[in-house]
Amino acid sequence: MEPATATPGAAPSPVRPDEIRAIPVRHRGRWLAAAIVLVFAAVLGHSLATNPRFEWGIVRHFFLSSRVLDGLVVTLKLTVISMAIGIVLGIVLAVMRLSPNPLVSGASWLYIWLFRGTPVLVQILLWYNIAALYKSLPIGIPFGGPELTHVNVASHITPFVAGMLALGLNEGAYMAEIVRAGIISVEEGQTEAAQSLGMTRLQTIYRIVLPQAMRVIIPPTGNETISMLKTTSLVSVIATTDLLYSVQLIYSVNYRTIPLLMVASIWYLMVTTVLSIGQYYVERHFGRGASRELPETPLQRLRRNLLSLRPKPVEVAGASGEGR
Amino acid sequence: MSGPMVKAEEVHKRFGRLEVLTGVSMEVQPGEVVCMLGPSGSGKSTFLRCINHLEKIDSGRLSVDGELVGYRQAGDKIYELRDAEVCRERAEIGMVFQRFNLFGHMTAMENVIEAPIRVKKVKKNEAVLRAKELLERVGLADKLDSYPAQLSGGQQQRVAIARALAMEPKLMLFDEPTSALDPELVGDVLDVMKKLAKDGMTMIVVTHEMGFAREAADRLVMMCDGTIIEEGTPEHFFTSPENERTKQFLSKIL
Repeated sequence: MEPATATPGAAPSPVRPDEIRAIPVRHRGRWLAAAIVLVFAAVLGHSLATNPRFEWGIVRHFFLSSRVLDGLVVTLKLTVISMAIGIVLGIVLAVMRLSPNPLVSGASWLYIWLFRGTPVLVQILLWYNIAALYKSLPIGIPFGGPELTHVNVASHITPFVAGMLALGLNEGAYMAEIVRAGIISVEEGQTEAAQSLGMTRLQTIYRIVLPQAMRVIIPPTGNETISMLKTTSLVSVIATTDLLYSVQLIYSVNYRTIPLLMVASIWYLMVTTVLSIGQYYVERHFGRGASRELPETPLQRLRRNLLSLRPKPVEVAGASGEGR
Repeated sequence: MSGPMVKAEEVHKRFGRLEVLTGVSMEVQPGEVVCMLGPSGSGKSTFLRCINHLEKIDSGRLSVDGELVGYRQAGDKIYELRDAEVCRERAEIGMVFQRFNLFGHMTAMENVIEAPIRVKKVKKNEAVLRAKELLERVGLADKLDSYPAQLSGGQQQRVAIARALAMEPKLMLFDEPTSALDPELVGDVLDVMKKLAKDGMTMIVVTHEMGFAREAADRLVMMCDGTIIEEGTPEHFFTSPENERTKQFLSKIL
């Protein structure tokens, strides 16, 4: 391939024209905006550092205390379990929703309507008080059939279980809509190709459609996970000793409300940060095949940027022609 | 083998109030290569999709290798087939689509071995060996680990052909396999199809590639407004077409 500067018929010019060295445009607006942001940051930083009522010493004292850490573990457990319930339930509900059987898709629709239509706080309170509705749960054949065994509801629905059920079942309704959107986003040709090869409806969904829907499903699911981490704090109303309730218990005794809320906030922020990083790598994994090359990880980008600071080797013209 | 591979009798298909197939009758013998021509909207693709039951027919009879497509007849009653039975029928018919429809999250190799492993329960190492052979046969031995997005249209279509062949079909359907390709990539795909025709595969090809039709087809079928208006050898079509619509159509694309 010839260099792109060659004119038809003429020999390629041996010298390149001089590189352009223009005087850059001055962006006054940008400087102004930056100045305003800096001033605000300075005020905020100054206040954080000098307002004694933040009591950073107290924050430090309680940050790694065992009660706070225990609360954090409960919060993490609740987040993971509820999201797991939500995702599995979401996939099942989404597949049901797309079923040709109207009763099956109707059931899914009803579930989503019910659990999305009531506040999650109400659902938490309901599950907590479920024993008032069903004292024991019989397992056997309904409508007067023989009963095999029964579960004592009151002793099994601890605050943790109530919170887990409420959050997980509620999440299932939201995840169902996310998964459904993902499934719909996959081109119909994919389904037809799978069918024409003799694959069954379920094989087609699990092997062909869902893996490709993942690209659409993952980003909002990351969002949901981060949102769930914070929503778990609602279980403090049913006395589950999660992160928020743990610090509440501490400050109800020592009245250091603000520093202890700071402790909780910093922990929430840190976990959210870790989750965001995790989300990036999961997205990258499911992006394979979608674009020609995988996006770089931040580490790879750093390495490349460091390398590019060194003088570049001379480029070879026309080395990038794509042959078949 | 005795009877025809494909037998269509008065096949009708409606989408809502639009009648797409208004009585298609034809036979394709084992080993025969039939090209279907016709203006867009004439029902060629729909007819092809009916053959492997991607579309249900409304009336008439359509059978492949002596078995009704999607139905079972006992006495004078017609029963719909179960999903599993429809899948078994489809597994024996290969289909190649205009838009390739390769599985985007799988490499070329994975695309080819998926159905043999899942549907025919072939062992993975056997499927891989066979897939390597097939991908070599379509000239893509060096692209086993490429994802569809990394392949040109022509390469993707050849992977799609290999994917269909991996199921060892007794019949191959091609739905405008080269219409979505850049002109310089058409040749490679047609070469693969010609080889396949020479090896004795029964093929029904919806195409506007008259070069291919002339060289590889045993018979040409002209469709218009949901029915067959003329059929004959390539020789007949290129020298003495009879139907007015056929003449018009050929004069436009030749």
